[in-house]
Amino acid sequence: MKSIAELEEIRKKALEKVSLRSTNQEMRIVVGMATCGIAAGARPVMNAFVEELGKRNINTVSVVMTGCIGVCRLEPMVEIVDKEGNKVTYVNMTPEKAVRIVAEHIVNGRVCNDYTIGEADKK
Amino acid sequence: MQLYRSHVLVCGGTGCTASKSDKIITEFETQLENSKIQDEVKVVLTGCFGLCAEGPIVVVYPEGSMYTMVTVEDVKEIVEEHLVKGRLVKRLLHGEDGDNSDKSLDSADFFKKQLRIALRNCGVINPESIEEYIAFDGYKALGKVLTEMKPQEVIDTIKDSGLRGRGGGGFPTGIKWDFAAKQQNDQKYVCCNADEGDPGAFMDRSILEGDPHCLIEAMAIAGYAIGANQGYVYVRAEYPIAVNRLKIAIEDAKKYGLLGKDILGTDFEFDLEIRLGAGAFVCGEETALMTSIEGYRGEPRPRPPFPAVKGLWQKPTILNNVETYANIPQIILKGAQWFSEIGTEKSKGTKVFAVGGKINNTGLVEIPMGTTLREVVYEIGGGIPNGKKYKAAQTGGPSGGCIPASHLDTPVDYDSLIQLGSMMGSGGLIVMDEDTCMVDIAKFFLEFTVDESCGKCPPCRIGTKRMFEILERITGGKGEEGDVEKLEILAKNIKASALCGLGQTAPNPVISTLTYFRDEYTAHVKDRKCPAGVCKSMMQYVISTEPCKNCGICARQCPVDAISGDKKTPYVIDQEKCVKCGICMEKCPFKAIFKNV
Repeated sequence: MKSIAELEEIRKKALEKVSLRSTNQEMRIVVGMATCGIAAGARPVMNAFVEELGKRNINTVSVVMTGCIGVCRLEPMVEIVDKEGNKVTYVNMTPEKAVRIVAEHIVNGRVCNDYTIGEADKK
Repeated sequence: MQLYRSHVLVCGGTGCTASKSDKIITEFETQLENSKIQDEVKVVLTGCFGLCAEGPIVVVYPEGSMYTMVTVEDVKEIVEEHLVKGRLVKRLLHGEDGDNSDKSLDSADFFKKQLRIALRNCGVINPESIEEYIAFDGYKALGKVLTEMKPQEVIDTIKDSGLRGRGGGGFPTGIKWDFAAKQQNDQKYVCCNADEGDPGAFMDRSILEGDPHCLIEAMAIAGYAIGANQGYVYVRAEYPIAVNRLKIAIEDAKKYGLLGKDILGTDFEFDLEIRLGAGAFVCGEETALMTSIEGYRGEPRPRPPFPAVKGLWQKPTILNNVETYANIPQIILKGAQWFSEIGTEKSKGTKVFAVGGKINNTGLVEIPMGTTLREVVYEIGGGIPNGKKYKAAQTGGPSGGCIPASHLDTPVDYDSLIQLGSMMGSGGLIVMDEDTCMVDIAKFFLEFTVDESCGKCPPCRIGTKRMFEILERITGGKGEEGDVEKLEILAKNIKASALCGLGQTAPNPVISTLTYFRDEYTAHVKDRKCPAGVCKSMMQYVISTEPCKNCGICARQCPVDAISGDKKTPYVIDQEKCVKCGICMEKCPFKAIFKNV
């Protein structure tokens, strides 16, 4: 290693790999991964979130799994929980929707209203 | 780059490795493949979490769920339930109710009061990956001192932080460095004392196993500060995992150009070598340690000259303990002020204690100086098992003394412990309950020093042996009038005349037990009684006829056939034959067997 700049470069790269273990996460993406969720396709949705966060170098958001929330007909379901505990629940998720949620909700703070549970119930 | 949604951290410290954590890692890899999620979940080997009593320990991120006492058979369930379905395996979670699901690691009582500076990376990073260390600000402090600070500024920062040696003496680290820096010489050395010999203390091992790069970085900083280009780590050969990880770390640091010539593009050069100790306790003493590095028999020599003037190969040398070094990078990064705000007036920062003995949470804890012993024992340590009462805690191992219940609320720091007749030492903390005989404990520690005395000076070689003989006599029920006084005279003389720290502190366990538990000595000598019922020569096992149901279990279990009786005649123990092993008392289902003291 020849310089401090090089050290900083390695640090940044390595940080992405371990940021999962830091405790000051800004947001959590909670994916319902019970039998109903998995059957409805929750795994590709979760993988899409992980990939998209990785592409954008976002390391303050973690993707976690949870059990059945109880509204199995609307699976796959995903909840986005912020630091204060405010929740937004997205339903009938797909990997494509996941990409848009990262771009709009996670990055820009705009909730994708058309995917939320409230919208789904109106239909 | 592969991104994972979850990391499974498995403790690879000595304690957890002994309970098969290596097999757990392999099993995780197999089970993840079976569930086809090996690309989503990463298994990471890491250092000690500190809660060794409940090992092997597995922590799953991002949830931070801490699983304890995991077996190879449990792995399948963790993978299928937690990692595939997102349901916590509650029966394995740390905590009584298994309810601390969210951030169990930080919210557990064991961790709440702790402040981890020296241990900050233990249980967080993979010790065999230099990149993970760099990710958590590793080698940043070295970069800072090399490019932004003059050597004297580094020394002043360490001085201002108030950091004192964590190995036992508590000498201010900055002043030590200053002495060595002021010496004019063509060659100077930086040494690390990792010859951790106190019975029960294992914080240095945990740092070497969990965060070896931290030591390398700190020693390079020390080299820059005093003008040395060569360092030696003296580590005991009984720590194979620690030695191995340190070797890997040194090789990686060399590969990355963080050891060797022109470090980080500056003209600073520093190299590091490992020297293995062969298991002599006296080699933890600084002059003996350096003699041993030079290749001679490890024996101490008189001071002055101090190592900072004439140390290794007669060259100016600084020698610090592993834990002391582990604080250095953080002090450089966060500043002297930050560090000096933690702790008490004269003892700054934190101290790692290896808590053992009669306590629920055996393990490693790092607490701010000034935390009371009560908090350590009852809050972090989880109290004493089986509802027994606290009797005393031994700090400082064979060089220290005991602290009785009346001083439980003393804030723990260097000076308060010395006032109580004990010492910080390297940080072993052995908790004793009411079933402990203090004379027996003093004898135990003295036996250790008799064994480990190098034999160079007579006060230590002969004096400790004489003290041990008296203690053997007292615990054997043959104590004589005046024995206690003889012990006191011997202790005083050995302390005053022994050559090195080992001998000078060897009488401490006797002196402090005499101060706080003199009545127990008197009971042994005058009444021929051991109040705690430990000294076998002075107690008997007896069967009480009332609760005894004549089941005969005791008679069948007795290894020397000392118990006789049948359904009609009451069972009795033949005291002539009895070897006082206690098996009968342990096996009796009706609690009909008692110790008669």
